[in-house]
Amino acid sequence: MRDTRAPTPAQFGWLLAAVTATLAPHAIELPYWLAILCASLIAIRSALLWRRGKPPHQLVIVLVAVAAGIGVRFEFSHFFGKDPGVALLAVLLCLKLLESRTTRDLRAAVLLAYFLQLGLFFYNQTPGIAALALAGALLTTTTLLSLEDAAARPVAQLRTSAVLLSQGLPFMLVLFVLFPRVQGPLWGLPSDAYSGMTGLSDTMTPGSISQLGLSDAIAFRAEFDGTPPPPSQRYWRGPVLTRYDGRSWRPGFSTIAREPRYEPSGRAYEYRLTLEPHNQPWLLALDFPAADIPKTRYAGDFRLLAEQPVRMRTRFDLRSYPATAVGKVEDAIVLAEAQRLPANVNPRSRALAREIATEGAGPSEILALTLERLRGLDLTYTLSPPLLGTHSVDEFLFDTRQGFCEHFASAFVFLMRAAGVPARVVTGYQGGEINPVDGSLVVRQSDAHAWAEVWLVGRGWVRVDPTALAAPSRIESGLSAALPDWDVLPLLRRPGMDWLRDLRHRWDAVSNTWNQWVLGYNPDRQRDLLERMGFPQPDWRTLAMLLGVSAAGLMLLLLAWAFAQRRQHDPLDAAWTSFSRKLARHGAARHPWEGPLDYGKRLAMTFPEHAEPLRTISEDYARLRYRIGPADPHSVRLLARHIRRLKLK
Amino acid sequence: MPHRYAIRVLEAANCIILGKDRELRLALACLIARGHLLIEDLPGVGKTTLAHVIARLIGLHFQRIQFTSDLLPADIVGVSIFDREASSFRFHPGPIFSQLILADEINRATPKTQSALLEAMEERQVTADSETHPLPEPFFVIATQNPSHQIGTFPLPESQLDRFLLRIRLGYPDRSAERALLMGEDRRELLERQPAVIQPDALLAMQQAAHAITVSERLVDYVQALLATTRHSPELAAGLSPRAGLGLIAAARAWALIEGRDHVLPEDIQTVFPHVAAHRLHTAGDGRSVTPEALGQLVRDVPVV
Repeated sequence: MRDTRAPTPAQFGWLLAAVTATLAPHAIELPYWLAILCASLIAIRSALLWRRGKPPHQLVIVLVAVAAGIGVRFEFSHFFGKDPGVALLAVLLCLKLLESRTTRDLRAAVLLAYFLQLGLFFYNQTPGIAALALAGALLTTTTLLSLEDAAARPVAQLRTSAVLLSQGLPFMLVLFVLFPRVQGPLWGLPSDAYSGMTGLSDTMTPGSISQLGLSDAIAFRAEFDGTPPPPSQRYWRGPVLTRYDGRSWRPGFSTIAREPRYEPSGRAYEYRLTLEPHNQPWLLALDFPAADIPKTRYAGDFRLLAEQPVRMRTRFDLRSYPATAVGKVEDAIVLAEAQRLPANVNPRSRALAREIATEGAGPSEILALTLERLRGLDLTYTLSPPLLGTHSVDEFLFDTRQGFCEHFASAFVFLMRAAGVPARVVTGYQGGEINPVDGSLVVRQSDAHAWAEVWLVGRGWVRVDPTALAAPSRIESGLSAALPDWDVLPLLRRPGMDWLRDLRHRWDAVSNTWNQWVLGYNPDRQRDLLERMGFPQPDWRTLAMLLGVSAAGLMLLLLAWAFAQRRQHDPLDAAWTSFSRKLARHGAARHPWEGPLDYGKRLAMTFPEHAEPLRTISEDYARLRYRIGPADPHSVRLLARHIRRLKLK
Repeated sequence: MPHRYAIRVLEAANCIILGKDRELRLALACLIARGHLLIEDLPGVGKTTLAHVIARLIGLHFQRIQFTSDLLPADIVGVSIFDREASSFRFHPGPIFSQLILADEINRATPKTQSALLEAMEERQVTADSETHPLPEPFFVIATQNPSHQIGTFPLPESQLDRFLLRIRLGYPDRSAERALLMGEDRRELLERQPAVIQPDALLAMQQAAHAITVSERLVDYVQALLATTRHSPELAAGLSPRAGLGLIAAARAWALIEGRDHVLPEDIQTVFPHVAAHRLHTAGDGRSVTPEALGQLVRDVPVV
């Protein structure tokens, strides 16, 4: 068997490169000790290859394998699931490198490497990871090629491998489009499927939103049909918090219904919302969503809810009416909850509220007076406010006077309630940034915001944003404009980083497209697409047939192409063909039976003003083609350049 | 420089035979390719003169054999006659022991006599009375043939025609060439005065040089495609033989040498192809020889790659 031959250093070199490229992106997900172990095993093998040393004894390899197995068992406390599995495979692949002695061993390692490239997608499916996996696949395929033909030049092998992969591309697309889709993350085990999702939670304590303010992660994207609403109307509703225990805010009583509790009116905005998974049911719709949105429900506090927590990136086609009046008629329970305050907290604020209540004649006046008083307190808006004690509202209003939106909202709602006006905190996102590359509105975690709603007789729930008192620009221009210069800001929010922001915008546009078209291609969209292609209600048999037919068709196309290309591999032929094509555009194509010199003579007669170059080219070609041996590459390039530069009138 | 020799011969020959440059080149190519030439034409168009001119210019020993219906093989190759003094048979070489033979009107002789000549042409030696006599070097036969429909002829069989590398037709001269011929000196006198322009060993040098001319893989591809087309053509009784293929390449090499190239191009093949193929191919239906037009079409069916 030829497979028992010892591999050449070049073949081993390719394999090492392939394995390194495959495992490098895994390094961040692997336990650190395992990553170091794999790296050192690869380094040892490379050193052995470089110095032509002998690989270590079989026993050593077995011992390392056992030790790594025990380590993995300790790290993950079991052997099942994707994390311990990938970890074990990674270390086994590195050990396989050490014990490989024949080309057959190399083939086994190649297969493992392919599998681990697939394994990259267990963790995330960004375009970056796809590119890294592709690079790994390219190197691994090159390794396979080098096992077949050790003598070929490395560049040629890389090129062949790239050609092979690109030939696989149409098949990949067909499989992607037609292979039956499975709902839900295929590789995720329930325990580790939804960890690490960030976003708003349904409790708010001082500091919980300013924490999000430091994150550049994207919360969702919205693509508007037509112009998006102005920044001051971009309030994306999340949890509505009514219950207050003196420190944290929690959601209060709310109904859930199939219909909203309001009549949408005013100008409508249509948009498509692509929500990043946050493992919560609320959809962060723009206030206030229309009545007929499929697969959603409407909460009594005007949130739009999905049927299940959003665990995958999901798209919703929504319509909102920001000018709608809501909650003119409100439940007594809701109003009662919206006035309740814990006893014995924030005495100074209570005193202030009482003062305002006696001064103002009705809820509207009290509201206006409260806002005026707050403005008079000269509060500062900052991402890093000082820590607050038990009487957090008192301390914020009268001592530290520095706060983030949750402090403002919380203090304002406290004052209103203490003055006898129903009020509640609304959390969500405010603003967002238009990506100039694709025009979509990108809302990041740092756009998280808290504002207030006050219930006024006859008007219902009215939105009041107390943050605007201290930092009006927060609402109009976003976080960075509102914060004082000395404040900590996420890198991308800082002004003066325009080029970086531009880069980020571009990357966002790419990954948005990727999300929409690659990751967002779920069973529904597959069905839609097939229906549009004329296959209503496709079952697996239809899909299998479609797959078979398309694969066979592609195969035939590729074969035909390969046949047509066979002769064109020769650069001299390619140059000559392009010459003939060029002249064909001037009505002087070469007859198939015509020899180069005859052709040149005919051309010289047809185009007397170009006789000289035309004759030279055909003579050069004739000499290069029909002299003995392969044509000198330099002369061929020279001829090709002459042909390219040839310009006919 | 072998190419220069060829040019020198052609320049001189063109002064004597007017307006026949292409035919002269083909005749010379045939000589350089060590083949034998068949000229098929009406009497009086200059077949004999052409043979004379070539012999004269290269300084070859020339013999003309007029073929008649009563010509015997011995009249060509020679006879062994008993020598009384030596008490043994002595071989008296026939006219074939010359460097250039003009076999005039070869189709007037009987097949037996024809085959004696053709055997000698092929083997370049003569066997008489179990003794082998090598023919001189170079050895070149120019056979002329009247168009076969003339009365009293024995058309050469196909197998014999294959011995000739090229067949050319001289045809009538064009108007200006004929005028110059009519007004000019007597060709024979002109020929008498014409000295040799090269020596026979220059011809040998040309023959060797032609043999060294490059035939690339791609050109062989083309030749094979051409041969295959003759073999698959429904209009032809049979295709070209491998010998014809060899002849095609040999003639193309000689042509390339005359053109001053060190490699053969498809154009060279195309130039010699009708002359190599015409006398070896016959149409499928009536067995007549193929027309130049049919051959031209055949060449057009084969792409140059």
